[in-house]
Amino acid sequence: MAKPFDRRSFMRLSAASLGAGALLRFMPFGTTVNGSTLGTLLGARNGEAPGPFSIVQLSDTHVGFQGPPDPLGTKAFERAVDAVNALDPQPDLILFTGDLTHDSEDPAEHAKRFAAFKTISGRLRVKKRMHVPGEHDAALDGGTLFREHFGETHYSFDHRGVHFVALDNVSAGKPIVGAEQIAWLKKDLARYPKTAPIVVFTHRPLFDLKPEWEWFTSDGDEVMNVLAPYDAVTVLYGHIHRLNHTTLGKSQHYAARSLIFAFPEPPATSTADKKPLPFDKTQPFRNLGIREITGNGARHTLSVNDVELTSRELSGTEGVQQILKTGDFL
Amino acid sequence: MNTFNKFLIASLLTLLLAAATVVVAQTGTPPRVVEISAKKFEFTPNVVTLKKDEPVTIHFTSTDRAHGLLVKAFKIDLDADLGKPADVTITPHEAGSFAAICDHYCGSGHGNMKMTFVVE
Repeated sequence: MAKPFDRRSFMRLSAASLGAGALLRFMPFGTTVNGSTLGTLLGARNGEAPGPFSIVQLSDTHVGFQGPPDPLGTKAFERAVDAVNALDPQPDLILFTGDLTHDSEDPAEHAKRFAAFKTISGRLRVKKRMHVPGEHDAALDGGTLFREHFGETHYSFDHRGVHFVALDNVSAGKPIVGAEQIAWLKKDLARYPKTAPIVVFTHRPLFDLKPEWEWFTSDGDEVMNVLAPYDAVTVLYGHIHRLNHTTLGKSQHYAARSLIFAFPEPPATSTADKKPLPFDKTQPFRNLGIREITGNGARHTLSVNDVELTSRELSGTEGVQQILKTGDFL
Repeated sequence: MNTFNKFLIASLLTLLLAAATVVVAQTGTPPRVVEISAKKFEFTPNVVTLKKDEPVTIHFTSTDRAHGLLVKAFKIDLDADLGKPADVTITPHEAGSFAAICDHYCGSGHGNMKMTFVVE
């Protein structure tokens, strides 16, 4: 792997990318509220004091995928694991936002891919790892294999003064959350004040980003209606294999890069084919990347930093100039 | 069959005929039916031409497994499985080309399983 990768280099790369237009974003997280009061409330639920936190989001590893455009297999995933392991200090937890595996018609083969995913993710030094399924993990079997390996496909937990919600919008076979899960979400959130910082992590976008490419959730509006009363909602998702930041009302929605191949900016025409960006052997990890989310549950702050795997510190094959190119990011 | 039963059946048939006449009178010609069949990972046909403001019934079938037919522009969201077709009647009011996709995940080629509705 490349030279040791500490948090200082991560932040420096993020700052460099900000100069290119757009990477580092800082979002006030319920700034009108008394953080200590809310923090005490959230902390009291799990005995964990609100305070600074650091999370890594990894997405769309597609273990088992073989074929064009990307001949790398799991190499980007493994490189990301090395990069995260080199962070000092280590993040508190890691969120995987779906398509951990690539599906197979053969359940035994798909099970092997889940096992291969766990072998690689098991090398992460961070032991607190949370997962939601993507359609390639769960749409063909309704989530049976996913549950065997990772438990329920939707759940919630509190961490450092922030309420985290995992939503499943894939295992019904269609891009839908479903009435039962939405009812659960209402009940889950009812315990919290409207000022509670909330991070939702899921696979598909919860809004119509590009429906013709199935970049949407059919009942995403209903989900967002449930979340609308809350002042500080951040949604982290994958699926689209590229960065995207969208503001809907008071909520911020961030799509992560994948760790297998990238999709291009969708063209305006509704009938255009969805084709991955071509693989460039001189820049093998271009458009693939990892995300760090840092914040403070007591102060209600949160920032999202995205770093491409082509950064010199990560790959050893590309320079920082790579991530300074205008147009690399939304 | 006694006289009363014969009278009853004749009356029922008369009523049914009258009801059918009323329906036809009210609705005119039944909508044209367009057949769309799905299998991994394609629709047949993959282009359907409709006429603006003409009602049409979409009869959606599958020849292998569960598939979806989603056309946001027409608010169509059908699901069909082997032996379980689905129907919907629509009237397009806007000319143009409209994308339809399978929104029921059906395997690795699912991502580009799509077709086009052309409204003239």
